Amino acid sequence: MSSTPHSNLILETRDLHLSIAGTAICKHLTLHVAPGQCVGILGQNGTGKTTLLHTLMGLRGAASGEILLEGRHLNAWSRKALATRLGILFQSTQDIMPSTVLETALLGRHPHLADWQWESVLDEQVARDALAAMGIAELAQREVNSLSGGERQRLAVAALLTQQPQLFLLDEPGNHLDIAYQVQALNLLRTHVLAQQAGLCMATHDINLAARYCDQILLLLGGGEFLLGTCAHVLTEEHLSLAYGCQIRRVELEGRAVFFPA
Amino acid sequence: MIQRQQIVLLLLLLALTLLSFLISFSSGSSQLGFAEVIAQLLNREPGLEQQILYELRIPRSTAAFVTGALLAMSGVIMQVLLRNPLADPYILGISGGAAVAALSAISLGLAGYWVSYAAFFGALLSIVIVFGLARSSHNWSATRLLLTGIVVSAGWGALINIILSTSANNSVYSMLFWLMGDLSVSRAGFFSILILVLGLLVMMYFARSLNVLSRGDLQASALGVNVPRLKLILYFTASILTACAVSIAGTIGFVGLVIPHMLRLLGARDHRVLIPASLLLGGNFLMIADSFARTVIAPQQLPVGVVTAVIGVPVFLLILRHTGRRVRE
Repeated sequence: MSSTPHSNLILETRDLHLSIAGTAICKHLTLHVAPGQCVGILGQNGTGKTTLLHTLMGLRGAASGEILLEGRHLNAWSRKALATRLGILFQSTQDIMPSTVLETALLGRHPHLADWQWESVLDEQVARDALAAMGIAELAQREVNSLSGGERQRLAVAALLTQQPQLFLLDEPGNHLDIAYQVQALNLLRTHVLAQQAGLCMATHDINLAARYCDQILLLLGGGEFLLGTCAHVLTEEHLSLAYGCQIRRVELEGRAVFFPA
Repeated sequence: MIQRQQIVLLLLLLALTLLSFLISFSSGSSQLGFAEVIAQLLNREPGLEQQILYELRIPRSTAAFVTGALLAMSGVIMQVLLRNPLADPYILGISGGAAVAALSAISLGLAGYWVSYAAFFGALLSIVIVFGLARSSHNWSATRLLLTGIVVSAGWGALINIILSTSANNSVYSMLFWLMGDLSVSRAGFFSILILVLGLLVMMYFARSLNVLSRGDLQASALGVNVPRLKLILYFTASILTACAVSIAGTIGFVGLVIPHMLRLLGARDHRVLIPASLLLGGNFLMIADSFARTVIAPQQLPVGVVTAVIGVPVFLLILRHTGRRVRE
């Protein structure tokens, strides 16, 4: 790829080095997320998928290299401005204080509001639309701690939609979701990303989910090595077997690639 | 969006505040009832009644209100800062430091304002010690802060016991009153009212961020909150509020723990409502408790901390039962 600045990219990393507790996650990573594009991050447990997402979110620093959001260095953004562009779905959520579903979704409006400003009717409408899109509109007044794991995950996606970021960072979006809801949630996000010309990066252990929704795959191999490219290029039996340390088979079924352990 | 029921809650609390002040003004060992108090307030007539009202009761009621308000607000902040619903204003050892300094002052034969100054100084010392010990290079973990606070508290507790066991009998009596929390000689000066107002303004400014922070540090950062800075502000605000309360009236328990929970159960979860509501209800609660303390065994007075505990323990147990049931449902 060329080294000229891509002003139309949403997110770009240049020569990014990441490590955690002395173990390298990636070396010389140059990743581009263009508008309307979905990137899947795959790799064995502990290869650093979550750490990479948190770094892209600006929640932790990189060892070296640059991350640019809309052409501007991540550190040059204020925390608040960053939160209007980047939104993240965490692997798990914590609810210690009591709160309703609608209140939780409305937290997504926080970065968009000025000091002293209250959520407007419009903000509430954004939150209610997001709840409706995730099929939990009727739960709006329910207590969060009375929800099932799957309902909480759908609420977390709804809160993320309420935040309206330009780049969606998803950490295991399929967590706790039945297969129907996985497909529903990701279809929705994929459509939204295309329509809004936003970007999406998702870390997942589910190869099939990544193959189904992503244009680009970043396959972390451990020790700082990785493969980056299109699904067809990266998701081969050879690469995946190497990455996951077990024999993985790929078959074509109804025009789709399907992966399973041999 | 502010909901109608939350506006109603705040208005009710405001009305309750007026009523509590009137009840508090008319409670005491000398006969100065409701009607006389209102007459004196509307039309000040010189005499004994005027003296009792303006020189004894109004300052004392104000001290009770301000102390209760400071403690309840501090309790709300500590519960978010430590992400622990059982946190109270004293959990980080501020009251321990204040107690050691106040008791030392009492054992040196000092009284009145000097004890308050000593308590405030002791509280500040404890704030700095806990801050210095709990602060690691880059992050403020709630667990680390909590553990540091609890250990420092235990240290102060040991010192308190040393002072109590080695002091002369007559001063031990005033020490125990101080430790139980007592408003009989308290005055809320201009300084403490200023601290209360400033604390309210700072907390209202950060109230929406507090809603986000109660979802965890990472979630708050992801939603645009500068978490380390906010935690620092919360720690120092809650600490100063507590220090101020403790220097007015000693260590009055339960206000800072119970009031925020009562309000959350009444539907005030949004900190933009919870904070002013805590201020009002905390102030009212302590004024009413103090009215009891003055009248239950009049002309003798109970330390108000005893009354807040007598009311606070059953209320808190009820709340625990109630919330336990709600989670199970």
